[in-house]
Amino acid sequence: MSISPPQEQLWWNEPIPKSELIWITTAFLWGLVMFFAMIYWHIAGEQNLSNEAYRTTPEAFAAKTEAMIAKYKVREEGGYPVVHPLPGEDVYLIGRLWQWWPILELEKDQTYRLHISSMDYMHGFSLQPVNINLQILPGYDMVLTVTPDKTGELGIVCNEFCGIGHHTMLGRLYVVDHP
Amino acid sequence: MATNEQYRICPATGLRIYRSAENLIKANAVVAVVFLAVGGLFGFMVAMTRWKAIHLLPAKWFYLVLTAHGLDVLVVWIIFFEMAVLYFASAVLLNCRLATPKLAWTGFALMLIGAVVTNIAVLQGGSSVMFTSYVPMRAAPHFYLGIILFAVGALIGCFIFLGTLIIAKQERTYKGSIPLVTFGALTAAIIAIFTIATGAIILIPTFLWSLGYISHIDPLVYRTIWWAFGHSSQQINVAAHISIWYLIAAVIFGAKPLSEKVSRFAFLLYILFLQLASAHHLLVDPGISSEWKIFNTSYAMYLAVLGSMIHGLTVPGSIEAAQRRKGYNNGLFEWLRKAPWGNPAFSGMFLSLILFGFLGGISGVVMGVEQINLIMHNTLYVPGHFHATVVAGTTLAFMAVTYLLIPLIFQRELILPGWARVQPYLFGLGAGGISVFMMGAGTLGVPRRHWDISMADAQLPYDFPGAANLMMGLNGMSAVLATLGGFIFIVVVVGSLLFGKRIAVGTTEAASGSGQPAASAVGRYGSAEAPAVPGTLAMVGVFFITFILYYFVNWKYLAEIWPLR
Repeated sequence: MSISPPQEQLWWNEPIPKSELIWITTAFLWGLVMFFAMIYWHIAGEQNLSNEAYRTTPEAFAAKTEAMIAKYKVREEGGYPVVHPLPGEDVYLIGRLWQWWPILELEKDQTYRLHISSMDYMHGFSLQPVNINLQILPGYDMVLTVTPDKTGELGIVCNEFCGIGHHTMLGRLYVVDHP
Repeated sequence: MATNEQYRICPATGLRIYRSAENLIKANAVVAVVFLAVGGLFGFMVAMTRWKAIHLLPAKWFYLVLTAHGLDVLVVWIIFFEMAVLYFASAVLLNCRLATPKLAWTGFALMLIGAVVTNIAVLQGGSSVMFTSYVPMRAAPHFYLGIILFAVGALIGCFIFLGTLIIAKQERTYKGSIPLVTFGALTAAIIAIFTIATGAIILIPTFLWSLGYISHIDPLVYRTIWWAFGHSSQQINVAAHISIWYLIAAVIFGAKPLSEKVSRFAFLLYILFLQLASAHHLLVDPGISSEWKIFNTSYAMYLAVLGSMIHGLTVPGSIEAAQRRKGYNNGLFEWLRKAPWGNPAFSGMFLSLILFGFLGGISGVVMGVEQINLIMHNTLYVPGHFHATVVAGTTLAFMAVTYLLIPLIFQRELILPGWARVQPYLFGLGAGGISVFMMGAGTLGVPRRHWDISMADAQLPYDFPGAANLMMGLNGMSAVLATLGGFIFIVVVVGSLLFGKRIAVGTTEAASGSGQPAASAVGRYGSAEAPAVPGTLAMVGVFFITFILYYFVNWKYLAEIWPLR
């Protein structure tokens, strides 16, 4: 039994039953398929996280963000600046207690370099309803090259616990047609 | 070396049970169950707050209770119970005295003090930092100190286990190799030592940081090392509860492993590869390369997943082989239909196996695909997954084995056997529902660790689809079922310990150190001869098809999000 020592002292010499061999082989091959699927998607898939990230400081990142806001601000909504940067530009988004700052307005089918960082605790960037989720750390400038492919008003939820106001931390992002 | 320690012979199994080991198993199991009750109640409050129609707790209390829930059930209940399992799998199964029982009691005391200190820190309100306590969010220093004390205590327990293996070998209390269940427990202990060492590497500096002696801890370094502790500690559970599956199959059916070599090899794969799982939490973090993520998240080409898939065949396969030897040979599934479904030890174990594999295993692998993690990270899908693994899997398996330990170790009959009979079904259904509906909400983007998904207090509100609220309601109803199941478990266990009829005590005598192994009374053992397990193969076939379909469906979901690179 499984709770007593093996009867056959040289148990490692016993042959493996066929049923187990079949299953082990199948499971091993399936593992290889799943392993190479990830590599394949890097070559052929369109949704891959970049490996691009830089060390930064809250001050430096905030300065870049405010410069972008000053340059591209088009209007205000509820105290938040709405920023419409040129396609292809570097776009900055700040996560801090408890807001995503500013409101970004991007054009459909245009590509942007989106930088995200935190000013304080960890935050979770969760773009809804598209459902893209990223871990945002203070001190790290995470860069994504994104191409929004549907127009609409999107919400940015925080999905990393960041203190008592965590559930009030929401941002907004617009995707609009090329004017 | 001769000792004069008291032992008794278990009348049911012929195993020699030493008093020191017995008392330690009892103490660890009892404390475990107490923390299960406390932590389970916290979990119930969390689910009732997420249920929009009830929304039980205010925000401050929700985050506090969620922190306490994670610590008390994920850490304290499970690790205390695992200490009992380690002592059982070494001292009892090997007919041996326990190494240095006094030190084992020291470890027990440290764990208890640590658990209480951390609970106090959380309940004082200044440490609602969640189980993960990500820097730079700061908890009170005694929050970290309690976890460190607890971990040191658990480390002592692991070394007592190893010491007992050495004593058993030297005093020749068994012949040949250690039993498979002990081998599985050894796997758990080795992973535990790695895990606790990793925890020390990150928690000791964090403790010093909370006191002001260290100025800065890098958040990415924290996450990388903390998860080598946090995720690997869940792999201790996997090794422990799979050992328990084998244990229950052996006790109830007299099941032998189909092949000793294969089952042990599968455990060895855990030792070699499970610790890479820190990566599962870092797949959408900045500053880590895709190469690192792919290699680690797949446990080096899914070799630890291979281990679990092997156990998924060999555990039910060993039961099928044992049942077929008894003559249950009609069709594919007579062996399963005629299994003792009214015995909570069996029903709990089998439900644990099914729910762990189908819900926990598949969702874990899919969520751990580097790219697919983008659509799941930090959503409720994550707690959905791990409630399938640690609640429906580990906790249900531990409950099931408790029904065996009460007569064997506590020497009491179960009270309320009718209640005990339905308990695994209630708890399994509840835990399964919790995980399915949280995963469902997660695929809709609902965040984890979130007090109010209606976002009522937000300046820029966002509305989740109505189905999200439905999911949270169903999650709440499942939590009611699971809580009821948990409550019955506590009543039956505590009631049996206090009021259960005493079972006649076996003969007690002074041990002379090296004796003949009494376990030979158990009967023939070893690998099952020429087993044919068509029913089990059919079951793993269904599992495999489910796995493949669900895996590719999620690639399709991923392909629908924005292109990004």
